[in-house]
Amino acid sequence: MTASSWEVVIGLEVHCQLLTATKLFCGCSTRFGAAPNSQTCPVCLGHPGVLPVLNAEAVRLAVRLARAVGGTLPPESVFSRKNYFYPDLPKGYQITQYERPFCEGGEVEVSLRGVRLVVPLTRIHLEEDAGKSTHGGHGLTEVDLNRAGTPLVEIVSEPALRSSDEAAAYLEELRNLVRTLGVSDGHLEEGSFRCDANVSLRRPGAPLGTRVELKNLNSFTFVKKAIDYEVARQREVLEEGGAVIQETRLWDERVTRPMRGKEDAHDYRYFPEPDLLPLRLRSEWLADALPELPGTRRRRYVDALGLSQYDAEVLTADSATSAFFEAMLAAGAGPKASANWLANELMGRLNTEGRSVSASPVAPQDLAALVVRTQDGRLSSKLAKEAFSRLWAGESAAAAIAAVGEVVSDSAALEAAIADVLGASPDEVAQFHAGKTKVVGFFVGRIMKALQGKADPQLTQALLLAALEARRPT
Amino acid sequence: MSGAPHGGSALAAVEAALSALGDDPCHAFLEVDHDGARRRATALDAGPALPLRGHVLAVKDNLAVAGLRCTAGSRLLADYVPGHTATAVERLVAQGAVILGKTNLDEFGMGSSTEASAFGPTLNPRALDRIPGGSSGGSAAAVAAGVCRLALGSDTGGSIRQPAAYCGVVGLKPTWGAVSRFGLVAYASSLDTVGPMAPTVAEAMAAFRAMRGPDPRDATARERPLGSGPSAPASIKGLRVGVAEGWAAAAGLHPGVREAVARAADRLASAGADVRAVALPEPDAALAAYYVLAPAEASSNLARYDGVRYGARVPAPDLLGMYERTRSAGFGPEVRRRVLLGTFTLSAGYKDAYYGRAQGVRAAVRAAFLQCLAGVDVVLAPTVPGPAPRLGELTDPVQLYLLDVFTIGPSLAGLPALHVPTGAADGLPVGVQLLGAPFAEETLALAGEILERGGP
Repeated sequence: MTASSWEVVIGLEVHCQLLTATKLFCGCSTRFGAAPNSQTCPVCLGHPGVLPVLNAEAVRLAVRLARAVGGTLPPESVFSRKNYFYPDLPKGYQITQYERPFCEGGEVEVSLRGVRLVVPLTRIHLEEDAGKSTHGGHGLTEVDLNRAGTPLVEIVSEPALRSSDEAAAYLEELRNLVRTLGVSDGHLEEGSFRCDANVSLRRPGAPLGTRVELKNLNSFTFVKKAIDYEVARQREVLEEGGAVIQETRLWDERVTRPMRGKEDAHDYRYFPEPDLLPLRLRSEWLADALPELPGTRRRRYVDALGLSQYDAEVLTADSATSAFFEAMLAAGAGPKASANWLANELMGRLNTEGRSVSASPVAPQDLAALVVRTQDGRLSSKLAKEAFSRLWAGESAAAAIAAVGEVVSDSAALEAAIADVLGASPDEVAQFHAGKTKVVGFFVGRIMKALQGKADPQLTQALLLAALEARRPT
Repeated sequence: MSGAPHGGSALAAVEAALSALGDDPCHAFLEVDHDGARRRATALDAGPALPLRGHVLAVKDNLAVAGLRCTAGSRLLADYVPGHTATAVERLVAQGAVILGKTNLDEFGMGSSTEASAFGPTLNPRALDRIPGGSSGGSAAAVAAGVCRLALGSDTGGSIRQPAAYCGVVGLKPTWGAVSRFGLVAYASSLDTVGPMAPTVAEAMAAFRAMRGPDPRDATARERPLGSGPSAPASIKGLRVGVAEGWAAAAGLHPGVREAVARAADRLASAGADVRAVALPEPDAALAAYYVLAPAEASSNLARYDGVRYGARVPAPDLLGMYERTRSAGFGPEVRRRVLLGTFTLSAGYKDAYYGRAQGVRAAVRAAFLQCLAGVDVVLAPTVPGPAPRLGELTDPVQLYLLDVFTIGPSLAGLPALHVPTGAADGLPVGVQLLGAPFAEETLALAGEILERGGP
């Protein structure tokens, strides 16, 4: 069999920090970057005799996400204890949801290079984060418990992804979704959006192969690189007749390597958390209005605005881009032209300079003004590009448009310029009359040059042909 | 409460308590806060009258009081001083009670004799060669010795009722969730309750009423749900009392206890109650389920004592070694036994056979109790199989576990249960246990007050 006959199977587990002011089971702040262990209390430090009290705001946010992905919300869910010893886990157990999560099923629709892909979800559950251990010098481990007890949702996908590109696109979509919903800030680098990947290979149609869990994937690039590396590694193992071992591997710059020791051999001894009653969802959480979601917006762009799936994908990739696009539409610019100018000119330039749409030096209203002028014919594409450069350099739309001037669409001025050009090129006129219509381009070029490129292209063409006909020898 | 003791003077009450305590010959206390108690009493006497002013309170040492050591009877927490105070304690203090000190207990509440305290046993003030029961043995002894008229205990499988029985005092185990557990060092959270011990039902109930109700720091503390059965009857007349016949006839039951139950039934009947026989679930299955479930929860609840953040730490070259040495040195044999047992019964491959099955038994026990209590207002039952055993007499853990055979079922069912002393057998206190539907504490008190009044 050839190497290409392996099917890649990927499922992702995403831990996403909910945007609450306080922790999941106590009143401590969740602010990032405070002095170590300054945001702690007897509850999140696991002192004797303290009890968890659920933060309702965390549940409200989690329910928003669950509804946005169309998950099933059972009337009752249950918290469980996941037991293991580690210095950054103060109680010796993590409060999570195990047998009865608050959300089952659901799906996330992704658009990857213009193709729609629906990723089914297994579940979403609520849980608290652990603290942070830093293995420093002198053989010491430093523990910061500011993060201990921070509210998380874990979003578990079905093993439905077939490539690292699909995995990355799904993650981008999910992050866009939680940001649009105001559920999480989605910062990978601050750890508020973290991903583990389960990767296996199989022959198409065969049962699932043995999976390897990849951890330490702190950026979208690492997710892709780690999956690609792992797929190649497993393929090699399988094609040499070996067997993939079920294990956890860490992404370590260029390779995945097995986690040391027996950290993977945990028996977590889950059981229902007796300190919390079963979670019942409030009706107002289920009625809470949701904003337009990226997937819905993408469909609207295609169905109602007539954009291509690809353009719709680009314009909904994050909320800043779609907000920019919507602002252009609101300022009167047409959807297709706006999509073109935004996706090609502006984003092209931004990408070159490594900037994001939210850092654009061009305001959507200014770009829209430019687009409106191209649509009503007062700016040729050449003039519009000049005007865009001026916008980029910081000029206002009014100033930029005034500086490049308008298209010359005055018939008398055009006819005069045409007469001059035809008068100066008798040979080319004769060639035209002899049937060599290609010379029209030559004339247009000359006319444009005479008018500094501002001639209205359509009107020029019509008047030019009329003038040539008028000069045809009888 | 039946009149404030010491004319409502807090300081007089504290001085009387300290004088009655002497050098604590029964070793009821692990710490006595002489100065704090006097200071607080003096301040109280200068302030407005409060309902519990003049009441001295002994607090079981698994309940946190800010600034006082909270050892839970464990070497591991010998020097642990919490910054928080248990809600139950806070509410009594807010009504004017003065904390005298912290009382001895079996380590983390795991035991039936207070012999499993890391700091030595407590003696029974009624007979110094006897155990006071456990795990709230120190609190029971403090009340029985006349040091104070109010003590707090905790009851997971009998730890208030059983020592109350051996020491001849009143002990109330409230409905699970009726009194906040905030500040109670957890043993088995789904069973743990905080309750009062006192010389009289009225005093115990006054404390219970002050402590009960929801608490923003305990998500499981709650009010009696509206429409959850009849409210407390106003009178004993017509109160439906069921006598747990099978239990009262159990093999091995001391004749003195059997007689106490029979006499209590007669007393309630002659006071106008409608007494009949009822069948309670056999206690053996409940006992077995308890010794799977409670250790399972304990194995998780005690995981936090790892030497990392507070409490004793025994250093070692690596992390696992530090955990092993700290916990091996810090926990006594009974705690180690239960932690290991609980870890085992929750392990993959055994969880369904032990933990899962025990949960099933618990649900069946609860259903059987509730069914029985649908037909009667109160069930009358033995609290313990007999009078207090001698210190050191019971060495096999299972013999000790059997002392709780009648108290564990109601714990599994989450029911309120009241021990009332009714007399003596072989010169030692005996009494009975009154059980009710969830949140029926007031009904139990009604019957309990009839019994403690004595008479025919």
